[in-house]
Amino acid sequence: MILYDKGYDVIVVGAGHAGCEAALAAARMGCSTLLLSINLDAVALMSCNPAVGGQAKGHIVREIDALGGEMGKNIDATGIQFRVLNMRKGPAVRASRAQADKQLYRLRMKNVLEHQENLDLKQAEVTALHLQDGVAAGVDTRASVRYRGKTVVLTTGTFMRGLIHIGLVNYPGGRAGDLPSIGLSDQLKDLGFSVGRLKTGTPARLDGRTIDFSRLEPQFGDDPPRPFSFSTERIDRPQIPCYIAYTNERSHEIIRSGLDRSPLYAGIIEGIGPRYCPSIEDKVMRFPDKDRHQTFLEPEGADTVEYYPSGLSTSLPIDVQWAFYRSIEGLERVEIMRPAYAIEYDYVDPIQLHATLETKLIANLYHAGQINGTSGYEEAAGQGLMAGINAAMRCRGEEGIVLGRNEAYIGVMIDDLVTLGTREPYRMFTSRAEYRLLLREDNADLRLRDTGYRIGLVRDGDYSAFTQKKRLIAAEMERLAAQKLLLSEADSSFLQEFDLERMQNAISYEQLLRRPDITYEQLARLDSSCMELPDAVREQVEIQVKYKGYIDRQAEQVRRMSRMESARIPHSFDYLSMSGLTAEVREKLHRFRPDTLGQASRIPGITPAAIAVLSIALKVREEE
Amino acid sequence: MYRADTIAAISTPQGEGGIGIIRVSGQESLSILQRLFRSIPNGGFQSHRFYYGEILPPDSAAVLDEVMVVYMRSPRSFTREDVVEIQCHGGTIILQQILQLVLDCGARLADPGEFTRRAFLNGRIDLVQAESIIDLIRAKTEASLAMAHSQRDGSLSAKLHDVQGSLRQLLALIEAYVDFPDEDLGDQDNSLLRSTYDLAATKVRQLLAGYQEGKVLREGISVLIAGKPNVGKSSLLNALLKEKRAIVTSIPGTTRDLIEEVVNIRGLPLKLLDTAGICQSDDPVEQEGIRLARERIPSADLVLFLLDSSRPYDSDDAVVYEALQGRNFLLVLNKSDLPAAIDLPDSLISHQNVPVSTFSGDGLEGLKETIANLFLHGRLRDNRDLTLLSKARHRDALQRVEHALLSFSSALQVGVSSELLAIDIREALDAIGQITGETTTDDILDLIFGQFCIGK
Repeated sequence: MILYDKGYDVIVVGAGHAGCEAALAAARMGCSTLLLSINLDAVALMSCNPAVGGQAKGHIVREIDALGGEMGKNIDATGIQFRVLNMRKGPAVRASRAQADKQLYRLRMKNVLEHQENLDLKQAEVTALHLQDGVAAGVDTRASVRYRGKTVVLTTGTFMRGLIHIGLVNYPGGRAGDLPSIGLSDQLKDLGFSVGRLKTGTPARLDGRTIDFSRLEPQFGDDPPRPFSFSTERIDRPQIPCYIAYTNERSHEIIRSGLDRSPLYAGIIEGIGPRYCPSIEDKVMRFPDKDRHQTFLEPEGADTVEYYPSGLSTSLPIDVQWAFYRSIEGLERVEIMRPAYAIEYDYVDPIQLHATLETKLIANLYHAGQINGTSGYEEAAGQGLMAGINAAMRCRGEEGIVLGRNEAYIGVMIDDLVTLGTREPYRMFTSRAEYRLLLREDNADLRLRDTGYRIGLVRDGDYSAFTQKKRLIAAEMERLAAQKLLLSEADSSFLQEFDLERMQNAISYEQLLRRPDITYEQLARLDSSCMELPDAVREQVEIQVKYKGYIDRQAEQVRRMSRMESARIPHSFDYLSMSGLTAEVREKLHRFRPDTLGQASRIPGITPAAIAVLSIALKVREEE
Repeated sequence: MYRADTIAAISTPQGEGGIGIIRVSGQESLSILQRLFRSIPNGGFQSHRFYYGEILPPDSAAVLDEVMVVYMRSPRSFTREDVVEIQCHGGTIILQQILQLVLDCGARLADPGEFTRRAFLNGRIDLVQAESIIDLIRAKTEASLAMAHSQRDGSLSAKLHDVQGSLRQLLALIEAYVDFPDEDLGDQDNSLLRSTYDLAATKVRQLLAGYQEGKVLREGISVLIAGKPNVGKSSLLNALLKEKRAIVTSIPGTTRDLIEEVVNIRGLPLKLLDTAGICQSDDPVEQEGIRLARERIPSADLVLFLLDSSRPYDSDDAVVYEALQGRNFLLVLNKSDLPAAIDLPDSLISHQNVPVSTFSGDGLEGLKETIANLFLHGRLRDNRDLTLLSKARHRDALQRVEHALLSFSSALQVGVSSELLAIDIREALDAIGQITGETTTDDILDLIFGQFCIGK
C-alpha cells in the first residue's frame, strides 16, 4: 500500500449527487476535503431521468439551497424546462421541477468542484475503508494507494457489486458504461453492517431524429421559468418542450409475450425494486385493466438528439425493447441509442445510522444516498449535504446538525431512514411529512437559512438578502394587522364586490386578506403601496395570512411533540431487561434502537402507553 | 416542566360518594376554571384558598352543580404544575359532566397514572415512588392489552380497525392526487371521497352511540322494574336502595307515578325506575300510570320482570310479559320466603331468573351480582377502575375522530384544497392510533401504489 502524504479532514467516496454536496459542504466549511470518483467524466451524472425536482423533491432542492448547497444553483444554470406542479392546489404542495441539459449539468458541477478551495478531486476506485482502532481513518484504492482522512463519507450509489440486467444477459457494472465497485461492501458486511440488495431500472434512450413529434402532444414549461435557488434572479437559457405519448394494447401484448425472458419474472433479480417507479412490465401485469400508460419524452439536452421516455423502464431483452418502443404512436421508426436496463446493487440498512448519518458501528464514517436505500438525485443530495456538514462539524469538534421533522423534508427523510430502516428504495413524498403545511418550498429559506449561515455554508451576500426579506415580511405583516378599512373612506365598488357594505366595525387588511376571495392584487385596489414589495415577500405574507389557521394547528402539534423529540435515549439502553413493556415492544425497541423518544414513538406497534413507561424509565436512569 | 399540555381526570374513586374531585393540572388549569366557574372572586383566585360557587358551561346559564374549588399555583402542587381541584357532589354522572366540560375547554384526559408521573418528572416525588408507578402502569397496560385481545373479534378493536381502514382509504384517495400531480390518474372523484367519508363517519357515530360502557358513564344504566300490581316492585326498589323512598302499601296500584333513583351496584351507576303495576284496569288514574310504564319499557337498558312466586302466573302477568316482547329482561321471582305456587309458562321456563325476598332480603345480593354481570359480562369486575379509565380514553379519542371528520366534511363541502383535507383525516387517524398504537404513512403509500398505476 502506497501512503499518500497529504492527510484530509473529510474523504468523500463517490462524486454523484450525494458526493458532490458532501464534498462542497465540507470544503466550504473549511475542511481539507478529498473527493474520489471511479470516473471523473461522470461527476454529478444523471444516470436516469434528466430532471431535477418534482413533488417533495423540489422541496428538498430548495432546502439544500437554503442551507448553502449547490443543487439548486446547478439546475438553474443548466435547466431547459421549468414547471411548478400542483399550481391549482395550496402552497404547501406546489413543487418545482426542471428538465436539465444532462451534459451541461455535470460539467458545471465539475467546474464548481474544481474551483472550490480546500477540495481535491481525484479518480480512484475505493476498495476498502482504512480503520484505526475501529474508527474510520481513510480509504484504500484499487491502485493500492492509501488516503488518510479524519472522517469518511460513503456515497456509493449503485456501484457496490453493481450488476446490470438486459433480458437474461447480465454483467457487472456500476452504471451502463462504468465499472462496479468490488470489495467495499464485503468489508462492510465483515464489519457487522447489514448489507442488502436493491434494484432499480432506467428506460432506453431514444434517437430524436426517428421520433415523429408532429403526432405527439408537446408540453411546455412555465413562462417565465421559476428558478429553484433563492439566489437566482432569473433563468435565461432557451426552454425546450417535452412530448407526451401513450402505450397501447399492442405494446402491452409485446410486453406480455416477452415476460419469459424477463430477469424479474424469471427470478434472476433478487433485489427489491421501487414501487413508485415500476418497470413497464410491472405496470402492465399489475394493472391489466389500464389500456394505456402515459410517458413523457424528455430531451436530454439542447445539443443532443437523445430522448428519455419517462415511465418506460424495463429489463426485457433488447429485441422486445425494439418492438415495444416502436409500438407506441409517434415512435414507429424509433432507434434505440442506449438500451433500457435494470441494475442491482448493495445497500446498507440505514437503521444502523445515527440521525447525523454517522454509522453506529464505526465512528467517523458517514453514509449518504443510495447506500442508505434511497432513490432519487434530490434525496441523495440532501443526505450528502448533511453527511458533509456533520463530518465537517466532527472535524471542528462540534455537535452534529440534525434537522427536525418540523424543519425540513431532509429531516423527515433522515428520521424515517434511521428510525425505521428500509427494505425497498426510499423516495420522498409530501405525504411522509406530518407537518406538510409548514414545510413549503416558499419558506425553505425561512426554515433553514439561519442554520446554513451559522455553520458557515451560506455566503454573506445571500444571507443579507435573506435578512432583508425577513425584515420586509415582518414589517408588512405588522402593517396589514394595523391598517384598517374604514367604511367612510372605502371605495364603494370594493365594498359591494366583497359584500362588506353592512360591516359594523373597521376591518383590518389582514382580516381582508384572510378571506379566500381576496388576493393581494385586490387589496392593492385599496392601497397600492403593497405592490411595491418584492414578489417573494408578498407571496410569503399572503400565504402566512391565508393559511394561518392551518399553520397554527400544525405548529401546535409540533410544540406537543417537541419534548419527545429532544428526549434522548442512550445508545446502550437495555430494553430487554425492562419491566413494564410487552415482549414484542421490548424486542422492537432493542432492534430499532431509537435515538430519541420521538423516534421510538414512530416505530410501528409502539403504543403511547409503552412510550410513557419508557419515558419514566429514562428519567429514573437519568436520576441515578 | 416535563410536558406542557393540561390534563384532567376524576381523582376520587368511581362510584357513589358524598363528594367527588376533578383534578386539572397544567398551565391552562386556571383559565379553564375561570371559564366554568361563577362567581370569580374579586382580584382573581388566590393560591391555596377554597372558593364556593357554581359550575356552568361557558355558553349557558344552566348550573351543573354547586362546588368548592381550589387553585394551587406552580410549583406548590402535587404535580408542581398549576393545579385546580373542583369538589362537587359525588355521583358518576355529575362528575362525568363536569369532567367533560373541562375537556371541552381544552384539557386532555389524563393517562393512567399521569398526575403521579408528572409529579415524578417534575421532581415532586422520589425514585422509589416512581418505580411503583411503573409497576402500576405496567399492570394497567398489560390488563388493557389483554382486554383488547379479548375484544378483538366482533368488538371494539375490530370496529376500530374497520374505521381505520375506511379512513386510510380516504387518505390514500386524497394523497395520490397531492403526491402524483403528473401521473395519468384521471380526475379526482369527489363523490367517492364523500361516500368513503360517510362510511367512516357512520361507523364512528355508531361506536360512540352504541358504546355501552361509555353510555354507562354518562347516564347510568337504566333499569326498569315492571310487573303486575302488588308483586313488590316498590319493595324491591327500596330494598335495593336500602331505604324507603316509594310509598309501600298492600293496596295494589299505589305507585301511580314513575319513581327514579340512582343506586351504585358493583360500581355501576344504576338508574332504577319503579313503575305502576301493569294490568287490565278500568280506573283512568291507574291507566295513566300503566301507559307511562309501558312507554318507558323500550328505553330501558334492562327490565326486571317481577313476579310473585307465591301466587300462580295469571293473565295480568301475561299482559306484562307481552309488553316486554323483544326487550332485554330478567325474571325476578319475589316472595321466595313464602311457599312457591307459581307455575311459569313454557316460554319463560328457560329464561334467566333470580329468586328474591324483599321481605327478608334473601337473594338481593345475587340479584345485584346478576345485573352487574349482565352489563360487565363478568370480565370487567376486577378491573373496574381500569375499565372506566381506558374506556373514557377510547371515547375521548373517538370524539376527536368525530370532530376531525366533521371538519373534513365541511371542508369538502366548501371545496378546500386536498392537502388541507388530508390534515383532518390524519388527525382522525392519529386519534385512533392513540388506541390501536398504529402509525400511518407507509400504509397509505401501500394503498396508493396498490390502487393507482404510478411511476416514471
